[in-house]
Amino acid sequence: MSNVEERVKKIVAEQLGVKPEDMVNANDSSFVDDLGADSLDTVELVMALEEEFECEIPDDEAEKITTVQQAIDYVTKNAS
Amino acid sequence: MTRYSKVIGTGGYLPEEIRTNADISQTVDTSDSWIFERTGIKSRRIAAAHETASSMGEAAARQALAMADIDPEQIDMIIVATGTPDRVYPSTGCLLQKRLGIKNCVAFDVQAACSGAIFALSIADQYIKSGMVKTVLIVGAELCSRITDWTDRGTCILFGDGAGAVVLAASDKPGILSTHIHSDGEFEDLLFCPNPQAASAENSAEAGYIQMRGNEVFKVAVNTLGRIVDETLDANQLEKSDVDWLVPHQANIRILAATAKKLNMSMEQVIVTLEGQGNTSSASVLLAFNEGVRDGRIQRGHIVLLEAFGAGFTWGSALIRY
Repeated sequence: MSNVEERVKKIVAEQLGVKPEDMVNANDSSFVDDLGADSLDTVELVMALEEEFECEIPDDEAEKITTVQQAIDYVTKNAS
Repeated sequence: MTRYSKVIGTGGYLPEEIRTNADISQTVDTSDSWIFERTGIKSRRIAAAHETASSMGEAAARQALAMADIDPEQIDMIIVATGTPDRVYPSTGCLLQKRLGIKNCVAFDVQAACSGAIFALSIADQYIKSGMVKTVLIVGAELCSRITDWTDRGTCILFGDGAGAVVLAASDKPGILSTHIHSDGEFEDLLFCPNPQAASAENSAEAGYIQMRGNEVFKVAVNTLGRIVDETLDANQLEKSDVDWLVPHQANIRILAATAKKLNMSMEQVIVTLEGQGNTSSASVLLAFNEGVRDGRIQRGHIVLLEAFGAGFTWGSALIRY
């Protein structure tokens, strides 16, 4: 598992109160449908990602981040 | 001698009617648990038909004046923060002045949405520190229920009615340590309430109800409040651990929690009135401050951080040694 993947999953686990194991084989887990996030959870999750990876995720990009894999991809592509 | 403003009285007023989440779920598609989990609100107070910002403000002001143990005639200035004035003019400040029977003082309103009370505190503090006035009555009074669209489940679950008041007086010891106020009109369309009668032709079809893009407001609010906390502490060369009480604008429990976390404070050190009051806009900080003072949590000498964020956007803080 890459470093980025681990860090993203750690944040998702903290923010949404799920176990990292629940995401091991399920990077396509949807925050809302599978991990029980509500709309404010997803905002807080994006804010936590911004803080962890020291980047700013614009609102229109943030809306497209709906799964664990999409978060990993976004961070890999856009953050150091 | 350096002059400071000192809090000599606080007061609050809440209308009688309690509207619970269950009541709201009778008319819009929502539920008690959905609302409580996302907002921390269980019920809110709703003003009766005969009540206005000035009538509720009077009730809160009289409590604050009684605690201050001063004659209304000693008030030099009345500042009312409200987004729901009785009339477009005269100002609610003038109407309150009449209700209190005060002849010789200046009275006016400030409009900074949910940050109104902090803006009023800041203005009052400048006038007192400069020696222009000695005693100021500040009131935040809001009838959010009358500018709420009760068919919009995104906003009608959030707001409530009420009024808070504080009396400041000149003192040779602080008092208010500093106030910090800011605005950024760039975000005017994320949270607003139209004024149909005075709107341009383009916007004249908009009803006079609160409209909010909640998720976007939430994000800016959390980030901005984090910054104002740092700004306030830096200005006073204080550490986070020096703050005894956080008295935040009561918008949403998750915003309150995020600010407390930023300050490394437990929720035990945060005055929360949200559960039974909802968001009472400019009244909320003063209502929460009054509650903390009257139930004995906030003691003389404690360092208290008041903060708010609202439409505009506007935001601000006041650091007080009570």
